[in-house]
Amino acid sequence: MDFTLPNFAPAMPEIFVLSMACIILIVDLFLTEHTRVVTYLLSLITLIAAAVLTANLDTAEPVLTFSGTFINDSMAVVLKLFIYLITFVVLVYSHNYLRTRQLYQGEYFVLILFAVLGMMVLVSAHSLLTIYLGLELLSLSLYTLVALRRDSVSASEAAMKYFVLGALASGILLYGLSMLYGVTGSLDIGNISSHISTSIATPAEHSIVLVFALVFVLVGILFKLGAVPFHMWVPDVYHGAPTSVTLFIGTAPKIAAFAMLMRLLVDGLGDLHSQWQTMIIIVAVLSMAAGNIIAIAQTNLKRMLAYSTIAHVGFLLLGILSGTLNGYASSMFYVIVYALMSLGGFGMIILLSRAGFEADRLEDFKGLNQRSPWFAFMMLILMFSMAGVPPTVGFYAKLAVLQAVVEADLVWLAVLAVVFSVIGAYYYLRIIKLMYFDQPDDVAPLAAGFDMRLAMSANGLAILGLGLFPSGLLTLCARALNP
Amino acid sequence: MEQVYLGIVLAPLFGAVLAGLFGRYIGRSGSHWVTIAGVAVSFALSLLVFKQIIIDGAAPFNGAIYTWMVSDGIKFEIGFLVDQLTALMIVVVTFVSLMVHIYTIGYMHDDPGYQRFFSYIALFTFSMLMLVMSNNFLQLFFGWEAVGLVSYLLIGFWFQRESAIYANLKAFLVNRVGDLGFLLGIAVILMHFNTLDYAQIFKMAPHLAHETVTFIPGYEWSLMTVICILLFIGAMGKSAQVPLHVWLPDSMEGPTPISALIHAATMVTAGIFMVARMSPLFELSETALSFMMLIGAVTALSMGLLGIVQNDIKRVVAYSTLSQLGYMTVALGASAYAGAIFHLMTHAFFKALLFLAAGSVIIALHHEQDIRKMGALKNHLPITYWTFLIGTLALIGFPGFSGFFSKDAIIEAVYESTLPGAGMAYAAVMIGVFVTALYSFRLLFLVFHGESRVDAHTRKHLHESPWVVTVPLIALAIPSVIMGAIHAGPMLFHDFFGKAIFVLPQHDVLAHMGREYQGVMGFVLHGLIEPPVWLAFAGIATAWWCYIKHPEIPAVVMSRCATLYRILCNKYGFDDFNDTVFAGGGRRFGRLLWQVGDVTVVDGVMVNGTARGIGWFSSVVRHVQTGYLYHYAFAIIIGLVLMLGWPLLSQ
Repeated sequence: MDFTLPNFAPAMPEIFVLSMACIILIVDLFLTEHTRVVTYLLSLITLIAAAVLTANLDTAEPVLTFSGTFINDSMAVVLKLFIYLITFVVLVYSHNYLRTRQLYQGEYFVLILFAVLGMMVLVSAHSLLTIYLGLELLSLSLYTLVALRRDSVSASEAAMKYFVLGALASGILLYGLSMLYGVTGSLDIGNISSHISTSIATPAEHSIVLVFALVFVLVGILFKLGAVPFHMWVPDVYHGAPTSVTLFIGTAPKIAAFAMLMRLLVDGLGDLHSQWQTMIIIVAVLSMAAGNIIAIAQTNLKRMLAYSTIAHVGFLLLGILSGTLNGYASSMFYVIVYALMSLGGFGMIILLSRAGFEADRLEDFKGLNQRSPWFAFMMLILMFSMAGVPPTVGFYAKLAVLQAVVEADLVWLAVLAVVFSVIGAYYYLRIIKLMYFDQPDDVAPLAAGFDMRLAMSANGLAILGLGLFPSGLLTLCARALNP
Repeated sequence: MEQVYLGIVLAPLFGAVLAGLFGRYIGRSGSHWVTIAGVAVSFALSLLVFKQIIIDGAAPFNGAIYTWMVSDGIKFEIGFLVDQLTALMIVVVTFVSLMVHIYTIGYMHDDPGYQRFFSYIALFTFSMLMLVMSNNFLQLFFGWEAVGLVSYLLIGFWFQRESAIYANLKAFLVNRVGDLGFLLGIAVILMHFNTLDYAQIFKMAPHLAHETVTFIPGYEWSLMTVICILLFIGAMGKSAQVPLHVWLPDSMEGPTPISALIHAATMVTAGIFMVARMSPLFELSETALSFMMLIGAVTALSMGLLGIVQNDIKRVVAYSTLSQLGYMTVALGASAYAGAIFHLMTHAFFKALLFLAAGSVIIALHHEQDIRKMGALKNHLPITYWTFLIGTLALIGFPGFSGFFSKDAIIEAVYESTLPGAGMAYAAVMIGVFVTALYSFRLLFLVFHGESRVDAHTRKHLHESPWVVTVPLIALAIPSVIMGAIHAGPMLFHDFFGKAIFVLPQHDVLAHMGREYQGVMGFVLHGLIEPPVWLAFAGIATAWWCYIKHPEIPAVVMSRCATLYRILCNKYGFDDFNDTVFAGGGRRFGRLLWQVGDVTVVDGVMVNGTARGIGWFSSVVRHVQTGYLYHYAFAIIIGLVLMLGWPLLSQ
């Protein structure tokens, strides 16, 4: 046995977040409802400090540690930074929401920090074991978060469904991972990749097992992303969970799922691209179709955004399936942009809600322009961005993936995607119509606090600003994948 | 000289702009002074040009003034071609226009739109001058459309009247049909000649005479025939030839001065002028010439017949205009371009005179236009009566008057023509002479002779019109008498037009006639032994017999020939046909497209249909989301199995 200490430096942010989560867990025991703001502030500080630690890591070369199970590269750094940023905003958005709903408990913050840790591990995973470890840490935290309001029937139901289906998907993934290990004899992603490339050069008899492993792994990933037909949990969980939890589930974990996709499918099984491309094409088309079409019939904004998520996942997959570096970069851009837009969308529901009132139905947005022209404008930007209308950043996100698809000689797919996004534009624009052209049923002033308003405005303006100057983020994504 | 030409065109434009934009500041008299001064300057300069080109025999001017743009080697220019034809036209246009300007002071005296009217007619003069002085098709088209625009504005001058709006819309739409042909003609020229300049086109035309074009596979047409017929369709619209004549009678809804200027003397003759100008092209297509002759003959006779049954003083004169335009077109078809232009000139004078005299009657009767409510006005309106009589005699071709020379020349030319259709055209124009005399003297007798049917109140206040009305009448009466005698010889048979008009030797009927020409007196004496004059006399006699001697006869004839009368009253059904088939059909077709195409197909099926379809599909598909956990798990398993099966099957 080799007892030399591993290089802890690349994992410093993870170690820090883990420690802080434990500290907060203990500190929170000594706090009352009135002083719980300390937990809140400590969580925010943790995220900021983790960001500083992450940003200071050297990413000139990918660094492996813990016997090659953990990697730190530029993609990991960029994705982690966005995870911190989004989680930070999630906490700001949910702070007031939690206080008015008897949800203001230390567990919320601690679970979110553990979920963040899970995501961090997932993003930096370089071994099948680490991937599974990160995924389970993330998932278990999320199941619990959904069930946080345990006296709510819908929340419990959602948590139950999420947990059972998540366990099923986890099982499928794990089965796939085990087959992968069986075929390649290794848990290390790099070894798996090199093994597959040699085995493709010299066809082995276990190639069908390899394909089966691929399918099982793929199903696990697609479940996490919420792609059709593994999407059924998404609307129910989004709808049933408290909005602050939906806000979290709908944003940061998508980035982590993207990282998992990159690590497993591209880094590990990249040589099987010809095998998984067709499967992903089918799944992407189904996701865009089902997501956009079913969203039209929704009357609940959370459910509508859930279906919109499914449609966006379809778009995200377009970049992946092209199998080019440009395509991966466009998908990364897309997932970050999507997380920001989704953050704003659910944030707006929280902004409009108050004690005893969840502004999660479409009609709650009626006449928002008369109640608050500024936030109606913010929502307008968000909806335009989701629909892909220039000059918002959502347009560039769609443009980038469509370019990747066209470059991969799949023009028909690009055309189909545009058609579905036109269908999708309907339900986004309907909200704008409700806000600007209908009379409000409810004329109460907005109850949100200053921090919430500030964060919301920054969120909306960021969508607009990134749309006006998209090149910075685009090059960041391109460079993260190709340092 | 370019300055002079520019001055001719721009002086009326200057007046028009001042009166139009600043009419409120310069007042009513200011408006008429600036426009009259503008047209007077233009007239004086035109006379100068006339003297230089025609009397002194200076070389024609042809040059560009301004290049608008050059695109793909094609120049778009504003330029002038001033030769004998142009010199004659600008004198006629500016003279009649000047007379009408002066006359308008009296006629429009009480109208609130006084300044606007002066602005329009000055603008018209500018446009017409641009048209006749052009040296290229672009500018010709500009002038062509500009006079059409002013015509539209002036027909609807009294825009509060429903009928005026109907009339100007009708004029506009019918002219669109003609202009489409004209524009297509220009397009074909541009396509094959690659230039819009007259001189270059005329130079190239003989080389392209045997060129053919194919629009529908399997059918070849002579290029020249296609060009000439398309251009002539434009002329049919502007010069009101059957079946595009329907707008001209209705245009009488406009004030009388413009009926005289635009819808009798100048604008409607633009088509005749254009064909004469394009003689080097038309000469190359006998088909087009025959076509013109037939259309002209039909117009000359059929429109003359309608003049007999009209009861509106202006409409009688309007149908007479249509008929005379038919004569001019027949002359063009017979290659007697000089004859057509000669008749255009004499007609401009005597028809303007007739209209202005009719206007004088209308003023005297306080805007009563129905000739059944007139009669015995001879003594009340002596100057009007005598000038009207002169105009009528000129119109029917009474020996010695201007119309005699021009009309006789046309009839003779048709007789000499050997083109297909000349025989029929000859018969039509011969009968036309009788008809012309009949309706003209019917009008004269009903208005000025016989018993007075004017109501008592009006009769008490009857008096001759003011000098601004009578002076133009006298000024127009003089050329109506003498112009024919002065110009008959040089214009018809000598080299008056020089190279401005081109006639192939085998078509040159006027040269043939010229060999027998023995001076003006000989022309008159020769005319007396020819049938046309006797037909005219017969027409006068018939009119006298029916309307003075036995005024009961017309009613008897009317009841005996009720069917014929009804056909004539319905104007051969052209208006009904257009209203039902084209206007009604167009509206029905539009409504069909709107109902079926737009509302049902585009809105209903395509826009709302897809939206509803997707909405419906959405509402169905959402039920897949049952809420049952095992359904969800099942979906995952099925998805997994399908994905597993796919690579197996595809291997």
